[in-house]
Amino acid sequence: METDLGYWIIPLAIIGGAIRVSTPFLFVSLGEALTERSGRINLGLEGTLVFGAMSGYALAYLTGSPWLGVLAAALCGALFGLVHGVICSLPKVNDIAVGIAMMILGMGLAFYFGKPFVQPVAPDLPAIGFGWWSEIPQVRAALEVNVLFLIGAALAVLLWWMLRATRVGLTLRVVGDSTDAARAMGLRPAVIRTCATAVGGAFAGVGGAYLSLYYPGSWNEGISSGQGLMAVALVIFARWNPLACFGAALLFGGAGALGPVLQSVGVSEGYYLFFAAPYVLTLGVLIATSSPTRAMTGAPGELSITK
Amino acid sequence: MSFLSPTRRGFLKGTASLAGATALPNLSYADSHSPLTVGFIYVGPKDDFGYNQAHAEGAAAVKAMEGVVVVEEENVAETIDVQKSMESMINFDEAKLLFPTSFGYFDPHVLEVAPNHPDVRFQHAAGLWTEGMPTNVGSYFGYIGMGQYLNGITAGHATTTKKIGFVAAKPIPQVLLNINSFLLGARQVDPEITCQVIFTGEWSMAVKEAEATNALADAGCDVITCHVDGPKVVMETAAGRDCFVCGYHANQAPLAPEKYLTGAEWNWAGVYTDMVQTVLDGGTIDNFVRGGLADGFIKMSPLGPAVSDAARAQFEATKAEIMAGGFSAIKGPLKDNAGNVIAAEGEGFAEDDIALESMDYLVEGVIGSTS
Repeated sequence: METDLGYWIIPLAIIGGAIRVSTPFLFVSLGEALTERSGRINLGLEGTLVFGAMSGYALAYLTGSPWLGVLAAALCGALFGLVHGVICSLPKVNDIAVGIAMMILGMGLAFYFGKPFVQPVAPDLPAIGFGWWSEIPQVRAALEVNVLFLIGAALAVLLWWMLRATRVGLTLRVVGDSTDAARAMGLRPAVIRTCATAVGGAFAGVGGAYLSLYYPGSWNEGISSGQGLMAVALVIFARWNPLACFGAALLFGGAGALGPVLQSVGVSEGYYLFFAAPYVLTLGVLIATSSPTRAMTGAPGELSITK
Repeated sequence: MSFLSPTRRGFLKGTASLAGATALPNLSYADSHSPLTVGFIYVGPKDDFGYNQAHAEGAAAVKAMEGVVVVEEENVAETIDVQKSMESMINFDEAKLLFPTSFGYFDPHVLEVAPNHPDVRFQHAAGLWTEGMPTNVGSYFGYIGMGQYLNGITAGHATTTKKIGFVAAKPIPQVLLNINSFLLGARQVDPEITCQVIFTGEWSMAVKEAEATNALADAGCDVITCHVDGPKVVMETAAGRDCFVCGYHANQAPLAPEKYLTGAEWNWAGVYTDMVQTVLDGGTIDNFVRGGLADGFIKMSPLGPAVSDAARAQFEATKAEIMAGGFSAIKGPLKDNAGNVIAAEGEGFAEDDIALESMDYLVEGVIGSTS
């Protein structure tokens, strides 16, 4: 049945883990990157992720179609983003405080409405097997790639191109870098930021649907374990660049697989330390790329945390 | 609720009941016809296909009894939160019997709150009540390791790779006993079988449980069981990787009907209704209660379609031995997986041996470590 791969199982598990675990990180960080490029921070994406997971699972169960679930999650996420965006458009409102409130509200609502859906089993999203060329079952299992992962990867490239080379991207960047300049150009910063937050929320909702509809593939109240918050940190780590967000998400997914796989090959002492690997990695990269003399490269000028 | 400290709550309750006593004397709790309020506190959601669901099913049976009101609270962390939940049930709901059901509630939380409420009975699952602790505290649990031993027998027959897997939360004695029992059961079928264990470090952490299950499947394990609060993710992921599964806490057969061999389940309904009846009758529950298969504390899920006739025969025979009482799963000659002798030839620990409740080792054949 399964072939004994010895220590080769470690890189394989890291690749498999990167593919399986990274998708929620990817969607949330892409959404947050978009929002932050417009000059606002939405810390509420953890709540949006959890609500997306719940609404996606619920709709998929009620309609029998996982794709309707994904759609519902995106719509709910957009609604959460919209609320955040509109509230933050009011004068003297702090986006970080609103974000924390939205996070707790999202989780509370998700737990409340999600109660009847803990038990039922909803249909899963389809995956494509890219391991057909291999005889080894572990390789086949590691290369089961979910469609949402592919969509996320394509979106990362699309957003990168959009921010770089299109009028929409330019508008977003102007709003994010200088409210005054944007106003002088005749743009309406509050409206644009609200739209960017809503789209970012929709992405986070889809990330949640991946959690409940594919991996780990069920709805319960402990489904997220902080991926939404981690992904917000990833955006800073990725310097607001969508392509780097993709890389960072893969890195975090792969690092998360390290703890279990090391135990499975017999390196079982100190597994709590291996579980902390992604966080140690974040600290390391942030320290390595920090600079006392210049502002963070790529940081939008209007962002409240970097101003 | 964190803005209310217990003392302030006590004060509020005192003033409120004083006002109530003067205005409406007939509504005081001293009225002997008032129903008994029983409080259940769970660490997770009560429909998690696992530990909390098993307790909630027990609570549902209590709810159906005459003269009893049940109050429940879920998702209560093993922190000062549980003290607040208990205080709130006692002060606001006038609960006289509490079931804080998670392991980590016991020390220090139950032990700290209990002395302040001598008229309330605290029944804690999985704790180890010893002399000197408050007498209004009791601890109860079941010998579910025997269920994992029976799981192991079906696993031993089903495995073709001679490798079985265990997704474990934390290396506490109950979990270690389950891991060891699972392997020793399988070794009754074939002494060559090994058991790979992966600790997730958390009682409930869905993504990590799924990753651990995948890592076990990658390592060649073809029968997987677990000891986490909600086994749903492990069962679904393992079945998705074409592995057989053995259940834990509750019946998870609906999640993987073809791959489910059997499962070790809690059977709290009978235990809880007995305890509540004792209190209703004015009796006292023993401070230390334990029970196994024979006492109806635990039960096995119906055997699944993949269980062979040979497996069924050995399962039933061993189950009968356990039902007869005094069965030892941990018996000599036995070493732990670091080579230390656990039991010499002829020695053994019967299911009710208190030494098993401080287990800190994994037996020979378990691949893994407790730290």
